[in-house]
Amino acid sequence: MNGHKKKILLLGSGALKIGQAGEFDYSGSQAIKALKEEGYRVILVNPNVATIQTSKGMADEVYFLPVERYFVEKVIVRERPYGILLGFGGQTALNCGLELAKRGILKKYRVKVLGTPVQSIELTEDRKLFADFLTKLNFAIPRSKAVRSVTDALRVARSVGYPVMVRSGFSLGGLGSGVAKDRRALQDIAQAAFAHAPQILIEECLVGWKEIEYEVVRDRADNCMTVCNMENLDPLGIHTGESIVVAPSQTLTNGEYHRLRSISIAVIRALGIVGECNIQFALDPRSEDYRIIEVNARLSRSSALASKATGYPLAAVAAKLAVGRKLTELKNAVTQATPAFFEPALDYIVLKFPRWDFSKFTNADHRIGTQMKSVGEVMAIGRSFPEVLQKAVRMLEIGRDGIMEALPRRYELHEALLPTPKRIYAIASSLYYGVSPSLIARKTGIDRWFIDQIHDIVRLHRSLQRKRFASVNRDIMLEAKEYGFSDKTLGALWHVSADKVRRQRKRFNVVPCVRRIDTVAAEFPAKTNYLYCTYHATESDRAPSKDKSAIVLGSGVYRIGSSVEFDWCAVNAGQELHRNGLRSIMVNCNPETVSTDYDMCDVLYFEELTLERVLDIYEREAPQGIVVSVGGQTPNNLALGLSRHHVRLLGTGAESIDRAEDRHKFSRLLDTLGIDQPDWVEAHSAREAIAFASRVGFPVLIRPSYVLSGSAMNVATDGRQLSTYLRAATEVSPEHPVVLTKFVTDAHEIDVDAVARKGKIVCAVVSEHVENAGVHSGDATLVLPPQKVYVETRKKIDIAVTRIAQALDISGPCNIQFLARDNSIMVIECNLRASRSFPFVSKVTGNNLINLSIKAMLGKRVAAMCDPLLPFVAVKAPQFSFHRLTGTDPVLRVEMASTGEVASFGDDIHEAFLKSVLSTEFRLPKKTILVSLGGEQNKMRLVDELQMLASQGFKILATEHTHQFLLARGIPNSMLHKIRADKEPNIKTFLMHKKIDLVINLAHQFEGDVIRDDTAMRRLAVDYNIPLITNLQLAILFFRALQNKKMSDLEVKPWSSYSPQAVQHPL
Amino acid sequence: MPRRRLSKQPIRAKGALVLEDGTRFIGQVFGYPVASAGEVVFTTGMVGYPESLTDPSYTGQLMVMTYPLAGNYGVEPISKNPSRPQQHFESSRIHASALIVSSLTMHPSHYRSARTLDSWLHDERIIGLSGIDTRALTQRLREHGTMLGKIVVDNEIPWYDPNKENLVDKVSIHRPLRYRGSGKRVAVVDCGVKHGILRELISRSCDILRVPWDYPISSLKGIDGVVVSNGPGDPMMAEKTVYELKRLIARKVPVWGICLGHQLLALALGATTYKLPYGHRGHNQPVEDVLTRHAYITSQNHGFAVRESTLPRSAAVWFRNLNDGTHEGFKHTSLPVRGVQFHPEACPGPRDTEFLFDEFMKLL
Repeated sequence: MNGHKKKILLLGSGALKIGQAGEFDYSGSQAIKALKEEGYRVILVNPNVATIQTSKGMADEVYFLPVERYFVEKVIVRERPYGILLGFGGQTALNCGLELAKRGILKKYRVKVLGTPVQSIELTEDRKLFADFLTKLNFAIPRSKAVRSVTDALRVARSVGYPVMVRSGFSLGGLGSGVAKDRRALQDIAQAAFAHAPQILIEECLVGWKEIEYEVVRDRADNCMTVCNMENLDPLGIHTGESIVVAPSQTLTNGEYHRLRSISIAVIRALGIVGECNIQFALDPRSEDYRIIEVNARLSRSSALASKATGYPLAAVAAKLAVGRKLTELKNAVTQATPAFFEPALDYIVLKFPRWDFSKFTNADHRIGTQMKSVGEVMAIGRSFPEVLQKAVRMLEIGRDGIMEALPRRYELHEALLPTPKRIYAIASSLYYGVSPSLIARKTGIDRWFIDQIHDIVRLHRSLQRKRFASVNRDIMLEAKEYGFSDKTLGALWHVSADKVRRQRKRFNVVPCVRRIDTVAAEFPAKTNYLYCTYHATESDRAPSKDKSAIVLGSGVYRIGSSVEFDWCAVNAGQELHRNGLRSIMVNCNPETVSTDYDMCDVLYFEELTLERVLDIYEREAPQGIVVSVGGQTPNNLALGLSRHHVRLLGTGAESIDRAEDRHKFSRLLDTLGIDQPDWVEAHSAREAIAFASRVGFPVLIRPSYVLSGSAMNVATDGRQLSTYLRAATEVSPEHPVVLTKFVTDAHEIDVDAVARKGKIVCAVVSEHVENAGVHSGDATLVLPPQKVYVETRKKIDIAVTRIAQALDISGPCNIQFLARDNSIMVIECNLRASRSFPFVSKVTGNNLINLSIKAMLGKRVAAMCDPLLPFVAVKAPQFSFHRLTGTDPVLRVEMASTGEVASFGDDIHEAFLKSVLSTEFRLPKKTILVSLGGEQNKMRLVDELQMLASQGFKILATEHTHQFLLARGIPNSMLHKIRADKEPNIKTFLMHKKIDLVINLAHQFEGDVIRDDTAMRRLAVDYNIPLITNLQLAILFFRALQNKKMSDLEVKPWSSYSPQAVQHPL
Repeated sequence: MPRRRLSKQPIRAKGALVLEDGTRFIGQVFGYPVASAGEVVFTTGMVGYPESLTDPSYTGQLMVMTYPLAGNYGVEPISKNPSRPQQHFESSRIHASALIVSSLTMHPSHYRSARTLDSWLHDERIIGLSGIDTRALTQRLREHGTMLGKIVVDNEIPWYDPNKENLVDKVSIHRPLRYRGSGKRVAVVDCGVKHGILRELISRSCDILRVPWDYPISSLKGIDGVVVSNGPGDPMMAEKTVYELKRLIARKVPVWGICLGHQLLALALGATTYKLPYGHRGHNQPVEDVLTRHAYITSQNHGFAVRESTLPRSAAVWFRNLNDGTHEGFKHTSLPVRGVQFHPEACPGPRDTEFLFDEFMKLL
């Protein structure tokens, strides 16, 4: 039967990276479901192992391979699909598709591009074509011209009119770009720019204009409409991914709204788009002038947001339109009665807030602008701007409880109002201390409406401050809640506990009402259970069902260390609860997720993952219990608080979670179980810290236990470093101790992902890290099955896991990390929750660890799983986004830095490894490799590999010491001067001219110039997009793989051909 | 005791919206604090409160906005020049009897704004009520159908059913008004015409004669075509217009009816009308051209509809509502007579069907 269905090839987006994140799991997953509904077979290429779209039961075949021309062509040859979809995997899929088309591959194999035609995509992708096209149609676009000399620049600027924006065609970290107010400023900027680039762009300056977006859908019959418009709170000049965004627009009149809407539709019709697209405008806040900024002829981050904001399933509809369906024949998924051809009417307001993680990086530039740097986002739904703004701030999980938290007493106003992640709080503080709203609006370019709304919050905050708790009546309480103040903030204002506020407000019957997102502003009855909470209401839309239910807490905002993998876990948990006869209630606030698709669970609360709100929902829904162990650390952190409020947790008890989380308790537990752990101490003073370090010896790991974002983990290799870090880690005091751990080097790191039922392990999967201890497990390369774990070690690990599970009475998921050296093992971490690697190990071993966990939590019988035999190897590799984060040092440390991950399969580790790193946009070196090996050990360990490479014909370049060392061992190589050495041949020149294919930079723990030089080399490699390896074990594995495999050896096989086998026990 | 608002300066009086079924919604009074009664209707448009409030079709109605924030971009100055249509309003004054919202913005922001929504309502002596759970209210109206209601402040007032009155007579002009143009001569029957219709005709250079609803239009000489405008209330009240339209149709003059005008034309052709349970008021109503199968998003504001089965065969169905299948327009098979239930002039709302004005011009 399946053989007769037409095949459609869907390109995914690969690993999550800054600028291209979880939203494409949402769009791909919806597309797969929609295409299957339409009767197609779906073939997916996507190496992102943590996604829902690459799960069992989604696509008919999945290829865990790079979304790149070479591999996709091979997939096409193997599958011979009828059509291909390019619009659901972000820029990666679009670029890959365009290349396949350009090279005639699609034509050759008669693959039809479904949806928007290639010519239309090309029009939107090429700046010049796009500009010419729109100009011909009389639409306004930013006036700009490319020039090659300062004289030309001045001439063009005169015709464009000052101020002008100077853009350097080739810009590094914004070098050579900027606003020139007059002739003289332009002369300076242009001169600087021409030092780096032969050509610059002189553009009219639209800084301060409003930035407005529309999401447009169109079908092949030319029915066309806009699903949603959005307004950026931050004006033009700040990337929309970096902006706070509201939907619908708040400051546009009917005339403005519909003029831009009409233009959107006209442009999209002219372009001939079929499916979904996004169009961005600049709108002059003081006239009717507008400019079209760009069109994205594909699903985007904004379309995911629009989809969640309106309840209109854009990706599913786009997929159906691509295969020829019409908007008028599709149904509105929410009402099930009205057609998909309608524009959602919102009776609430939505606010998106980005999340940045600059503190995870050294030297990161905190300014935000035209480059995207944020790593995640949240979306708040409510019925007033203050309500959604304060909700969103809490959803970010950055230690703030509202816009008014932590008011700094003194600050430099000008500095505070520069665009950084902290600006919005600085605006609130400034208003609090009396700065006028108009001055703030002028300095920031943010529309006065938003500033005034924040001012309303500030004013209420002031009046609330003057109240005493005893004098607070119902009206005051309700108003505070309508303005989005949390119980915690109110408690702090009134000097009582959050619990006391909560009890009092419940006594007043001030509880949030539950509202439904229905796309039609209540005009028609709706069938979804897509809900949010608001205080601007007197009654709820929906009475809670009496059926037995369970709540799953999702992962919340994506950040470094917690992203799509936990969404996979949450979605699977919800579905497994449903299969076990419970209504699944999902709580999450992240618009980039699949878990917030309202058809993935029985009930969806798009809500804060705070104790207050989870209790509100729990009290309302009265479920059988809450699952806190599948959404990563966010829900895990709520466990104790929830259980103190007598909430029933499903699975492992809160006390056990606390025993695992609390360093002292856990350490004592390990001692009683006879399991080793690295030496550690909780130091309450610098003296204690230094004493510990000299006892156990350096290096030591320092971890501030009072972790506010901003203070990070560090490794100190000597006393001086230790003192520096201690000073930086905030004042160490009895209240804020730091934890010091003996940092074990040269040890193997092993991850165990397991499921237990009532303290008994049901399933445990052991995977090993390629990198030695010292690299954060989220940045490590994982191998499954392990290749180098001794039988004896394995046995010890099994025993330790069994004992820990029993002692903590685990029911559900857990993850334990071990160090192994020789044959001894130590536990370094234990989490009684699903880990980052759960999707990976589940997909590789064929055991869905989340499904098993849910069964175990519910006390159901779980068939005991034995280790399946894996006749293949799978490798999970991290994806970094250093190129987006100007100034950061792209080196692996104890703090996690990767933003995503991929996995690939192979017949052996080398094949799997190469496919996997290629999936992270790594390129295999063709000829020239630059090696810079710090320290004797790094040099010695790589000698053999470099020898082999040289004999294979690779050209080796080296830094001074490495050069001499290699020469002495008869390995031919040439020397490059260091970047700082201003002498040719220089590393910088070679990198700039891309004369190097791969950089191996292994730093030794040194100080001073050497380190600075290494940092510069790594940074340049990243800036010029040259593959970089900074870890010894990784370099060794890479070189060995390179010796054993050529590109043509990397087999193109679907996931289904890598199937685990049950172990045959000999009789 | 008025509810104290800590955050906002003015302390407002409490007011209550009372519905026919006895439900009360308590909120804060804004605008002009004098009680008002009428029919309670909701609109789902997210922008366009200045246009909606000045739309004469809302006469006698208490308008509920489902979008929770009102007044964000303030109100621009209203032109005092009667010889030209308003540019950004649909008439020169507020026609709705009251405005009911969830939150009222006290600090509007727009470069053309001259006053707040609050002060505009005050100046026009219209009451507003904020702090209302407009979604709960809308759901009630959806389930029970449109209801009579009143906003009371201090003293009780009687109910008022606008549909029992000839509202058209109240909002129409009383003597003809000319907007000179160089093009076709078009008479506009003012049943409560939105200025958007006039603007569209003016932009097509029409020489316009705007006439009262009961004007003997069938005896007008030298006109190229007639547009019958939108307007408030029950179409059955405008019998005189229907009578004139019958004669006009017989003269084979091109006639185009919009909204109420469309209903009146249908009546003139022998069809009947009925009251919808809670009407169509919003900017997202999908209609399909049944002849081309092309669909459009339209702006709508009507409580009555044409019963499609009663239309003569000569009046072929042109548009249908994709949400509920109701009648949205007809095109006469032999005469230059057509009608649309929605608002091609938009304002507020989408402009997808503006091209219908061009099509009308082709008939002349």
